[in-house]
Amino acid sequence: MLELIESHAKRGAIVVLGNHDAAAIGRPVHGMNSQAMAAIAWTRPRLAKSHIRFLDGLPMTVREDNRLFVHASAATPERWTYVTGRRQAAQCMEATDATMIFCGHVHEQRLYYTGGTGYPMAFRPVPGTPIPTGRQRQWLAIVGSAGQPRDRNTAACYALADLSRSRITFFRVPYDHGSAAQKIRAAGLPERLARRLERGS
Amino acid sequence: MLAHEPGTEIDGFRLGERVHMGSMAVIYRLEGSRGPLPLVMKIPRLGAGERSANVVSYEQCRMVLGALAQSVHHPTLVAYGDVETTPYLVMEHIAGTRLDRWIERAPLEAQETARVGHALALALHEIHRQDVVHLDLKATNVLYRASGEATLIDFGLSCHRHLPDLLAAEFHTPVGNWVTMAPEQIVGERSDPRSDLFAIGALLYELATGKRPFGTPDSVAQLKQRLYRDPVPPRAIVPATAPWLQEVILHCLEIDPVERYQSAAQLAFDLANPGQVALGERSERSSRSGLLALARRWYQAREFVASAPPPPATDVTPLPVIVVAISAEETGEPFFEALRRATRRRIDVDGRCRVACMTVVPPATALTDDTPTGRHIKQLVMLRRWAKPLGLPEERLTYHVLESAEPAVALLDYAAVNEVEEILMGWGADASQVSSRAPCSVTIVRPPPVS
Repeated sequence: MLELIESHAKRGAIVVLGNHDAAAIGRPVHGMNSQAMAAIAWTRPRLAKSHIRFLDGLPMTVREDNRLFVHASAATPERWTYVTGRRQAAQCMEATDATMIFCGHVHEQRLYYTGGTGYPMAFRPVPGTPIPTGRQRQWLAIVGSAGQPRDRNTAACYALADLSRSRITFFRVPYDHGSAAQKIRAAGLPERLARRLERGS
Repeated sequence: MLAHEPGTEIDGFRLGERVHMGSMAVIYRLEGSRGPLPLVMKIPRLGAGERSANVVSYEQCRMVLGALAQSVHHPTLVAYGDVETTPYLVMEHIAGTRLDRWIERAPLEAQETARVGHALALALHEIHRQDVVHLDLKATNVLYRASGEATLIDFGLSCHRHLPDLLAAEFHTPVGNWVTMAPEQIVGERSDPRSDLFAIGALLYELATGKRPFGTPDSVAQLKQRLYRDPVPPRAIVPATAPWLQEVILHCLEIDPVERYQSAAQLAFDLANPGQVALGERSERSSRSGLLALARRWYQAREFVASAPPPPATDVTPLPVIVVAISAEETGEPFFEALRRATRRRIDVDGRCRVACMTVVPPATALTDDTPTGRHIKQLVMLRRWAKPLGLPEERLTYHVLESAEPAVALLDYAAVNEVEEILMGWGADASQVSSRAPCSVTIVRPPPVS
């Protein structure tokens, strides 16, 4: 997996550091549950030096034109703050002048957008429906996770931002989650992690 | 931003005469259109002294129109400008008669009110099917093409249920048309298609009586009266109002969306088939509800909570109409029972659907040994006999005897006009023609084999 991402990065893909990556290379990360710790403990001895070097070199944020890429909240990326609601979204959006922010960390797809007064509005995207994202307001896209879903849908999440037409489309894509769950069990990792892939929650 | 002279060019479009100046936008006709459609350009009113909501409304309009599949029931979006530099929308110019031309002549005959309302309900159903709620239906936002089809314009306050609602956070007072606005809109609900049905009800009321059901409120306090106050029944204003029309209008104007028609297709069906409207208490009302009921509703309305909107309906037509076609040659009980079994399976899947029982007979002129009325009654008796064992409540069953020399064509026409979702029919001579050309699913039912 890591080698695949590395090959994408070599060809120019934007990659930012996530909390699990940081923990895997030995940086202190707070607030991880025991299952996550078990997964990280499993990962560590399996990382080659080149892998660690790659992860260690990953930035916390990447800025490209009006776009900002960050794993957790842009307000405090190194504290891995979850953007779980409109208040956290407001803090994240206020921290940057980028008009389009892409986040992960939270596993469910959401699109926050500014307008009117008060906190940004939250929208639950409908997979496959393109949403125009004009530059005159700020947008925060939680792209969702590929694996470990929380919304009872086993499909992986991704989103495509069409820069020339200023629009974003969220997608869900089914994958062989059964095999993935079997591999988790075969590796002796916590049962909960395998069940989540199968149940979607 | 406002004063564009004719001849001004914007992104290659040359402005012609100004055709409309509204509070949120100005509309110009375009000269020398390059495509097959005559075009207009809508430019939001921006700048000093204008409301910031105007630009949001522009964005919303662009987003919703851009997402709608092309149809005659709304303008086609051709091009749009950059919202930051030159916001505009280029759309099809709709040549048509505005609904207010009928309202000027109100009160109208029931038949004409129904015809105008039927076209409007079909247009509305088209956008609802695409999960768009208009939310600003009024006499100046409905145009009738020469073909009789209605087209809805001005989607500046509309909501697409699969897209973010940019207007949700924008306004502090209820936004939309205060004459036709539904109670739930007043408290900020913006995603219920049934709000549009309330607005149609208000328009039908005005067509039928010449009066507005809730007057013309000029304060939020007056606007909020409709959270508990029912309108004067149309018959109290125009005593000749047909009971079925009063039933239809008051059904649309129910305070709670759950009590209204649940889809525009259902309303269109009733307006096209007045004889089939189930007449209830609403049709008989001669005055507004009494003080006691009023006091109770007023008390409840102090903390008015809108009913939850139904889920978006991309795959399902709410309250679908199922046609069961029975031809004259298939009247044996085994076949009847096979058809009932198929119908039961269908209504078990969707417990809300309506069943239209139908047969087609040759035109009256072809009669030899029977009077038209006598024959009609015989057929109705046959249809009722067929439907009785289904045990459906009266309001979910309708009976139709169509006259046509070509049964397949009559069925297909009926299905197209009434937004029918499925036709169940026997393996008669017309089955293949109907199944190949129907605008909906067709289930062919065979009688059980004789053993």
